[in-house]
Amino acid sequence: MIWQFDLIILSLVIICAVAAISVKDLLGAAILFGAYSFMMCLLWAVMGAVDVAFTEASVGAGVSTVLFVAAVFRTTRRTTD
Amino acid sequence: MKAAGLIIVFLFGGLLVYGTLDFPDWGDPAAPASRHVSPRYIEKSLEETSVPNVVTAVLADYRGFDTLFETVVIFSAGLSCFFLLRTKRKAPEARFYRHLPTGIVLRIEKGGRLPEGSVEFERIDSIWVPHDLIIRTTCRLLIPFIQLFALYVIAHGHYSPGGGFQGGVIFGAAFILYAVTHDLRDGLRRLGEKTTIVLCSLGVFIYAGVGALCLFLERNFLDYAALAPVLGVDPVTARSHGILFVEIGVGIAVMAVMFAIYTNLSSVGKQDEGL
Repeated sequence: MIWQFDLIILSLVIICAVAAISVKDLLGAAILFGAYSFMMCLLWAVMGAVDVAFTEASVGAGVSTVLFVAAVFRTTRRTTD
Repeated sequence: MKAAGLIIVFLFGGLLVYGTLDFPDWGDPAAPASRHVSPRYIEKSLEETSVPNVVTAVLADYRGFDTLFETVVIFSAGLSCFFLLRTKRKAPEARFYRHLPTGIVLRIEKGGRLPEGSVEFERIDSIWVPHDLIIRTTCRLLIPFIQLFALYVIAHGHYSPGGGFQGGVIFGAAFILYAVTHDLRDGLRRLGEKTTIVLCSLGVFIYAGVGALCLFLERNFLDYAALAPVLGVDPVTARSHGILFVEIGVGIAVMAVMFAIYTNLSSVGKQDEGL
């Protein structure tokens, strides 16, 4: 585990998480959540948990983003709070 | 009120971070987690189950009960989505049909519809009209490879990362990709709602059925060594095969549930017009 990579990925995870809850556009939030999942996937892979990384990439970054987008498509795109 | 909330969040966040200071180091061989059962799994799993990937052996064999109920959780997620969202299909206000040679769109008011067998016209959604030859053709080319990869992930879970959950999700994603690039009705024509529900249950049934079969063959529930006389192999290979059966069940259930959730969400339960 190279600590520079670790630091970069970890800070990107935190940036994505904060951005996903603060952004007003829900579609943007869904995409940011996908990016967050992908960073988490990299983190799992770096730590050697390849099976978990695979699950995170397919479920978290893949299908759940599609489900979020489908939900946004059927409700509203802008949040009020 | 907002400030108070922020203070509470930071306080408890700080407490959690403080709690992690007591954690053992990453990869520490003296950590409690790696001293209890882990050494036994690492040393014995290959000779007991003949599965090189320890994670698969633990997931589907030693901790098979956990995985069975994980599958049940996924199944109930699909079921609850169905019960929450599914509504009776009402005829839409107006239907839209595209004339294929010219691209002209017809709007037909409620009640009227074109004859089903007409090849000149194609029904399209009222909100979102995907008609992109490039995207459609690219996805038609991609989908078989995605599905093949999903089958590989399920079947090769013994040797490499992967297994029923990941493979099932990838397989479901291929169907979702088809439904996104064409339209929901085309996707449902390929994998209908009733088929999806049957497949959801079938996956869980295969898993629990393999477990019950072991029970009938005078071993414990999910002790795949009991399958040895049925399969005609030695007990160690039987455990490896048992894991494969179980993974196939998980894959079928996850694939069907992912597509069921997608179709119900994107069409607000009407299963007619959607993303």
